[in-house]
Amino acid sequence: MSIEADQGVYDYSTRPLRTPDPQGDPGLALADETRLNLYTRLQELRQLEKRAYDMFMQNLVKGTSHLSLGMEAVSAGFGEAMRADDYVFATYRGHAHTLSKGAPMDGVLAELLGRQNGLMGGKGGSMHLSDVARGMMGSYAIIGAHLTLANGTAWSAQLRDSGQVTVCYFGDGTTNIGAFHEALNFAAIWDLPVVFVCENNLYMEYTPVDFITAVDHPAADRASAYGLERIVIDGNDVDAVYDTALRVLERARSGGGPSLVEALTYRTGGHSRADPGKYRPADEVKAWAEYDPIVVYHQRLLARGFGEETLTEITNKVADRVDQATEAAKAGAEPELDSIFTDLWADGSSAWRN
Amino acid sequence: MAELSYRDAVSYGIAQEMRRDPNLVFLGEDVAAAGGVFKTTVGLLDEFGPKRVRDTPISEQAILGAAAGAAMTGVPVIAEIMFSDFLAVCFDLVANEIAKLRYMTDGQVSMPIVIRTANGAGSRFGAQHSQSVENWCMMIPGLKVVAPSTPEDVVGLMAASIRDPDPVVFFEHKSLMATKATIPDGEIVDELGKARILRAGSDITIVALALMVPRAMAAAERLAERGISAEVIDLRTLVPLDTQTILRSVERTGRLATVEENPRLCGWGAEIASLVAHEAFWSLDAPIVRITTPHIPLPAANNLEDATIPSIDKIVDTIVSEWA
Repeated sequence: MSIEADQGVYDYSTRPLRTPDPQGDPGLALADETRLNLYTRLQELRQLEKRAYDMFMQNLVKGTSHLSLGMEAVSAGFGEAMRADDYVFATYRGHAHTLSKGAPMDGVLAELLGRQNGLMGGKGGSMHLSDVARGMMGSYAIIGAHLTLANGTAWSAQLRDSGQVTVCYFGDGTTNIGAFHEALNFAAIWDLPVVFVCENNLYMEYTPVDFITAVDHPAADRASAYGLERIVIDGNDVDAVYDTALRVLERARSGGGPSLVEALTYRTGGHSRADPGKYRPADEVKAWAEYDPIVVYHQRLLARGFGEETLTEITNKVADRVDQATEAAKAGAEPELDSIFTDLWADGSSAWRN
Repeated sequence: MAELSYRDAVSYGIAQEMRRDPNLVFLGEDVAAAGGVFKTTVGLLDEFGPKRVRDTPISEQAILGAAAGAAMTGVPVIAEIMFSDFLAVCFDLVANEIAKLRYMTDGQVSMPIVIRTANGAGSRFGAQHSQSVENWCMMIPGLKVVAPSTPEDVVGLMAASIRDPDPVVFFEHKSLMATKATIPDGEIVDELGKARILRAGSDITIVALALMVPRAMAAAERLAERGISAEVIDLRTLVPLDTQTILRSVERTGRLATVEENPRLCGWGAEIASLVAHEAFWSLDAPIVRITTPHIPLPAANNLEDATIPSIDKIVDTIVSEWA
């Protein structure tokens, strides 16, 4: 990284490519069922996200979208490792995280379409997916605050001695806002059962995160400031994610306090619907495309003796479910206009006066 | 019957509710071991222990985030923001998260949280520790806003706020801390959204809030000496707003004055003036009068601060000078 101070611009020409560093099969002792579950989860997140993208391109979905294509291994690995009653918080890039906590596909797609059968009846949209009954405590569209909210559900679990752990996902860009630092210190001093998961996809919106961050690893290199272990993992290797998730979830569950995990990954596309991501070097994009988490895991499972037909069957079943969810979502009615005025207050109303 | 200061009424009210609800927890800066910088929370740590009464770092976002997250799971929380001016450093939590979460999740979560904060001028603290910022919160859909003026209201409205499943910002006025009153024995529980007519009158309705309430009452005495019969309403709650009490009063008196400690623009009195101008227009005999702090930050020196926020003299003089 270098900055031409007199011009105040970032110099891409001297920035080294940030390419993946494959370590191969970590050789974990996992049950076959677990491996197939992880593969199924990867397929679910990928195929639903692709469907969401297609519907945006067909102008069926309005507003904006922030896709997790290429980043699925992080939420797939954590999702498999979590308990059903654990809590999850996500950002505006939260479709995958919502699904990975068990939210129904049709509810997610219907919300993107702005339909009554959406998870929030059309009141939330792409950036605010939530499914509280399943522990998905929401997607938050302003960077930082949701890390502090995650402390709150973790505090609640601590107060109730419930053994629940909160997992809070965020991007690399979040590590440079004050709430990130407030939340980590607070979690550490209260020994809260919370796991902060930084999906470092190397770009803070349109800007390389290394250009605007004082340390190489935006999350992990801050861990020591809060007395936490420095953890950097391969976020495109779902086995590695799952293994780390089990470890940090157990630490939180057994009273060992918070963890901060930095998972290295890459967005297949741009930051949002409006962004083609042209600022990224072509060789970098290509290298990460070749290290796609589903391609990696597919090859690994074949090498481990799983049959191609087994994986194809999983893929096809997921495709059927995505098709069915799409039809169910599209079949939903538009929200009743009366719903505009409901549920501001707990009594169901929005009245501010008598 | 016991005599209680406004300051002690805070801990009295919190303790009443913490005894009732074993799940209720309280956090903030210096609230536990130190008993609060205004000594409003003395004794709570001793009675309820460190699990339920917790000190925090100077991290207002982390305080409100922890409170809101816990509230989302059904744990009722009281969070203290030491000075209301500091709401500005955590306003993302106040305005974008706490206020909106029920609505944007389509009712999937409740937010049983009370944000207590010390508000208002009179302590010579200058521009960053003296503001009246209740209007900052009034304008955000999803927040209830309370500002008591008496010890009994501190207790009763605190109980109502804590028992309310919606988020309440509870403004305690620094310059009322030393005021005392006798309060009844037993549990005290009030109701949000109810203004109170403190003094009946027939010539003008004066609507006031918090520290401006005793000043409006004193001004009404002085106006009576001049033959002007003033009705004084303590608003007590900005959201929900008790419009009926105001409108019925103006229909009787024909005149309205608001007494606001906030700076001029977008003070709560502007909303009430708008409401009365629209819904009680034909009852008005004279233009509506707003008495506010000028649209400036607050200065620190004794005489400068006193000259800035509405005084009894200023209330009387403004109403008399506008009398036509």
